[in-house]
Amino acid sequence: MRPFAYVSAPDVATAVRAIGTEPGAKFIGGGTNLVDLMREGVERPGTVIDITALPLTGVEELPGGGVRIGALVRNAHLAAHRLIRNRYPLLSQAILTGASAQLRNMATAGGNLLQRTRCPYFYDGAAACNKREPGSGCDAMDGFNRNHGVLGVSDSCIATHPSDMCVALAALDAIVEVESVRGVRRVPMAEFHRLPGDTPHLETTLAADELVTAVELPALPVAATSRYRKVRDRASYAFALVSVAAALEVDDGTVTAVRLALGGVAAKPWRAYEAERILLGAPATEESFRRAAAAELAPATGRPQNAFKIELARRTLVETLRQLLTEGSAA
Amino acid sequence: MTMTERPPRTAPAGPSVGRPIDRVDGPAKTTGAARYSAEYPYPDLTHAALTHATIARGRITGIDTAEADAVPGVLAVITHRNAPAMRPAPSFSMLDLSTFASGTSVNYLGTDEVHWNGQPMAVVVAETRDAALRAAALVRLSYEELPATVDFAGAEKDARPQKNSALQSGGATKGDAEAALAAAPVSVDLRFTTPPHHHNAIEPHSTTAAWDGDRLTVHDGTQNISWLRRHLALRFGVRAQNIRVIAPYVGGAFGGKTMVWAGTLLTVLAARVTGRPVRMMLTREGVYRTVGGRTPSTQRVALGAGRNGRLTALIHTSVTQVGRVGGGPEQVTSQSRHLYDVPNILLQQNLTELDALSNTVMRAPGESIGTFALETAVDELAGELGLDPIEFRMRNEPERNPIDGKRFAHRMLREAYALGAERFGWADRTPRPGSMRDGRWLVGMGVASAYHPSWQFAANVTVRLSADGRVLVRCGFHEMGMGGATAQAQIAADALGVPFEAVRVEYGDSTLPTGPGAGGSGQTASVAASLLTACDKLKGSVLALAGRSRESPLRGRRSSTLEARDGGLWTGPAGESYATILARAGRDSVEAAVGSDTRLGAMTGQLRFMSKFMLDRRRWVKAACGAQFCEVRVDPVTGEVRVSRWTGVFDVGTVINAKTAASQLRGGIVMGIGMALTEETLVDPRSGRIMNPGLAEYHVPVHADIPPLDVHYLDEPDPTMPLGLIGVGEVGITGAAAAIANAVHHATGRRVRDLPITLDKLL
Repeated sequence: MRPFAYVSAPDVATAVRAIGTEPGAKFIGGGTNLVDLMREGVERPGTVIDITALPLTGVEELPGGGVRIGALVRNAHLAAHRLIRNRYPLLSQAILTGASAQLRNMATAGGNLLQRTRCPYFYDGAAACNKREPGSGCDAMDGFNRNHGVLGVSDSCIATHPSDMCVALAALDAIVEVESVRGVRRVPMAEFHRLPGDTPHLETTLAADELVTAVELPALPVAATSRYRKVRDRASYAFALVSVAAALEVDDGTVTAVRLALGGVAAKPWRAYEAERILLGAPATEESFRRAAAAELAPATGRPQNAFKIELARRTLVETLRQLLTEGSAA
Repeated sequence: MTMTERPPRTAPAGPSVGRPIDRVDGPAKTTGAARYSAEYPYPDLTHAALTHATIARGRITGIDTAEADAVPGVLAVITHRNAPAMRPAPSFSMLDLSTFASGTSVNYLGTDEVHWNGQPMAVVVAETRDAALRAAALVRLSYEELPATVDFAGAEKDARPQKNSALQSGGATKGDAEAALAAAPVSVDLRFTTPPHHHNAIEPHSTTAAWDGDRLTVHDGTQNISWLRRHLALRFGVRAQNIRVIAPYVGGAFGGKTMVWAGTLLTVLAARVTGRPVRMMLTREGVYRTVGGRTPSTQRVALGAGRNGRLTALIHTSVTQVGRVGGGPEQVTSQSRHLYDVPNILLQQNLTELDALSNTVMRAPGESIGTFALETAVDELAGELGLDPIEFRMRNEPERNPIDGKRFAHRMLREAYALGAERFGWADRTPRPGSMRDGRWLVGMGVASAYHPSWQFAANVTVRLSADGRVLVRCGFHEMGMGGATAQAQIAADALGVPFEAVRVEYGDSTLPTGPGAGGSGQTASVAASLLTACDKLKGSVLALAGRSRESPLRGRRSSTLEARDGGLWTGPAGESYATILARAGRDSVEAAVGSDTRLGAMTGQLRFMSKFMLDRRRWVKAACGAQFCEVRVDPVTGEVRVSRWTGVFDVGTVINAKTAASQLRGGIVMGIGMALTEETLVDPRSGRIMNPGLAEYHVPVHADIPPLDVHYLDEPDPTMPLGLIGVGEVGITGAAAAIANAVHHATGRRVRDLPITLDKLL
C-alpha cells in the first residue's frame, strides 16, 4: 500500500474543508471497500480523512413518516432497526444479503453508496480497464464477464454496481444528502449513480469534494409489502448475479402501487420504470408480471457468458412479484 | 524448538484406539499459542515480498528498481541481475523421492526467462512487510513477449498419451472396449469437463529462514519436511545435515504444500543475500500465482451394458494439463480400473503442455474429478436401463480387481451402500426425475461411489519408555490439522498398555527421525506401521531386562505370550509394571528405533520400502471406498442448487480416532460440494492469468452451503494394513461431485457434465 496521510475530522464542516485542501484526499468510513482497493493499488489517496467521529449515526423518523439515515450508520445496525424492518422490509433484507456479518458491522450507509465494481479486470493492475485507467481499454468485454452488466452498458465498460442496499434505495426513491463547502445538495437516488457511457471512471454525480451526510427515505406505504430477492452462486458472501427489490400494493386485483429495481445488471442500481409503468393499474396477475419483466429487459444485451442474466432477471422479477402477491413481505 | 504436546486431561482411560479423543494440539490452536511459520520471532528479522511477471512467456528486457529502492526500509531488490546462482532443480529419480519435490524446474532469479503469468521475477527484502509489499509493487519490468500456449481448451487437441511409470500408468486395456461399446444394446458416450481448482488452505504459504554460516534454519508449513530439507540442500549446495526444518503446525495444505515452491526458495535465497533472517508470507494472490493447483480436465466416459444391467464396455479417457516447467499426470482414470466388473476396458490418460505454472497434487488428485465423470456416466446408464443406480452398481460389483484380476485387500462397497441407503432413506426416492418437491423446491437424491487407493510410505520412529511410566514417540511427521499426533498417541498407548495421557508425541521437525510426507492419505498408516514395530521391539527389550532377574515373574517368558496392559507386561495374572522392571535394572528409560537416518540407512530404508511397495502392489489392490448419498434442492425459477442432506458411508478400515477421522471425511465432502457447485479458478485464455486469485471471487463453500453431514464408517480392519487402518484424508472428496450432479439430474431432469454446476447451466 502507498503511504498516505491520515486526518480525523471532528465535524462535517472540518471534513468538507479538509477534502478541498488536501490533494487526492478520500473520506474513509468503514473502509470495507476503500482499504481493499488501496491494498490493490486501485485507489491511491494521498490523504484519508477519517469521518467516523462525525455525528451522522442516527436513524430518525421524519415528520410525515419518512426516515432519515445518517451516513455513518453501520449496515448491521440499519438492517436491524425497527423503523426499517417495519416500514421498509426490502431494505433490511437487502442489507442482510450483502457481504458478511463482520463486514456489515463495519460498513456504513454512505460508503455502501460508493462501493466500486468487483470486475476482476478493474482490480488487476496488469489488465486494461477504462474505469481504472480511462482510455486503456476493457479486458472484460471478451474476458470473464459472467457477472457483468446487461442493461445500460457501453462499449467502454460493462461492469456492475455491487451493492445490495442501493437496489433497495433505488426502489424506495431515496434521497441522498450531500454536503460541501458550497452547501447542502439533495440528490435523488436515481440520479446519484451514472451509467458508464464513455466515462466509466465517473461513477456518481458526487463532486470530488462532497460528503454524503444522510440518506432519506420518503414515507412510502407500498414499501410495507416488499421483498428483496438476491440470486447468487453460493448461499452467502457472494455478489448478486441478479437481485430484485420489489414493493407491491394490490387493491381488488389491481396493482395500485409498485416499486421495482434490479441489481447485478447494470453500473447502477436499475430502477425498473418501464415495468412499473406497465404494472400500475394492471391486473395483479402472473401474465402482467411477465409482460412487465419482458418490457423492462427488452433493451438488455448480453454476451455469451452473461446473457443468462436477462432470462434470470425476468424470472426473478416475476417470481418476486408473485411471492409478494401470495405471501407478502416474508423472505 | 521441537514440538511437544501434552494430551488433555479429559482423555478417557483404557484402550485408546477408536475413541473420539480431542486433538492434543487443539488447546494450543484455539488459544493462539500455536506458532505457525510466519510467527517465529528472530532478532533482526526482515520481510520479503515478490514481484510477479504479468506475461505468460518471454524475456525480461528491463528492470527498473529505482522506485522500489527508494522505499524507506528496503534492504535489497533481488533480481536475475544480482541474485547468486541457485543450483538447478533435480530431475526425478526413484532412488531419491525427494527429487519429486521440485514445484517447477525454473531457476528463480537465475534467468531472464518468463515461463508463466505470475512467475516471481524479483524479491524485495525490507525492514517491514508493508515496505516489502509496497516496493515489490514498484519494481517495473519490461518484456520481450513470445507466443504462448495458455488456453487449455485450445491445447486439448495437442494432448499426448501419458507414459507409464513405476508409480503410475497412463492407460490400461482389457478386451476390446470400443467393439463391445458398439455392440452394446444400451450405452452412453459422454464428455465431461472440470475446471482448474486451488487448495485455498487458510494459512498462506509462509517461510522464515535464517542462515548461520553454512547452517540454515527454516520454518515452513510444509507437508514433507524431509523432501524440503533435501531439496534446499541440493539447491543451495549445503549438506542436508546442516539444514533444520521446523514445521510443527501447518495451517491446512490439501497438497498445496507438498512441493517446494518459489516462495520458500526465494526466502532462503533472500536470507543468504542479506545475511539476516527473512520472513515471507505470501499474499493470497501470491499463493495463486506461485503455487500450482489442480489441473483442468476433459474426460470421455463411454459405457455399454446388456439389458440385464451387466456392463460390457467401459472407456474412460482424459486430457489434463501440465506446465512446460513442471507438474505431472493426475490419475483421473484410476478408479475406473477398480470399481466395475467389466469384461472390456479401455483407459487412457493424455497430457497437454501449457506455458503455465505446474499443476500439483490437490486432495485426491485424479480420483476427485475422475469419479465425477465415471459416477455421473454410471448414473446416466442406470437411467437408460431403467435401473435404480444402486442396484445397477451392485449388479456390477466385482469380486476381483476388474482390470487384472488381483485380489482386493478389503472391499466393503456393498455394505457401504446398504447401510447408506438405510441411513439416508433411499427407499423414499421416487425414480422419475422432477417427481419430488418440497414447496417450491425441486428435490433430488443422488448417489455415487467414493474410491481412493491407500498408500504407505517409509517412516523412521523412536519410542522411549521412561521409568516413571511415560512414553515419548518421536517422528518427523506433519500436523496440518488432521490429528496425526493424537492418533499416534492412541496407537502407542494401546501397543504399550499405558494410558493415553502417558504418551507424548514429537513431530514437525527435521531433527526427529525422518517421517513420511503427509500425502496420499498415507501418513497415519505409515507412521503406525513403524510405531507398532518399535513398540514390539521396546517390549522385547523390557522383557529381556526383566529376564535378567530371578525375581521377575516374566523371567523365561516369551514375548509372543505377553500382553501389555496397566503400564506393564503380563502373562495371565503374572506380570509387573514397566516401572518395577526399569527400577530393578537401574535404567531411567528404554528406547527402541525403527529405521535409520544415516545416509546408508536412509538408502536401505528407501530400497526396502520400494520393494515392499512393488511386491504389495503386485499382490493386492488396496483402497478406501464408500457410498455418497446426497439430497439437493433446486429452485425451479432461478436454478439455484442447495445441498440439503448428506450421508456418506465409508470403508476405511480401522478408525483410530472417531472424531478426527469423521472430520477428515466431512472436510473431503465439503471440498467435494465446492467442486460440484462453486469452485473454479478463472484462467484468462488470452493471457494465462488467473483472474480470481482470492477468497471473495474463488468461491469455496460457506457455512450456509453445508448441511449437517452424516458420516459413518464401517470400522472393519483391512488385514493387509497396520492395525487394519486405511487413510481417510482423501476418500471423502471422491464421488461427492457426482452424487450432487446425479441429484441435480433427479431434481430437474437436467444433466450437467461441466463443473461447476452453476445456476446458469440449469435455467
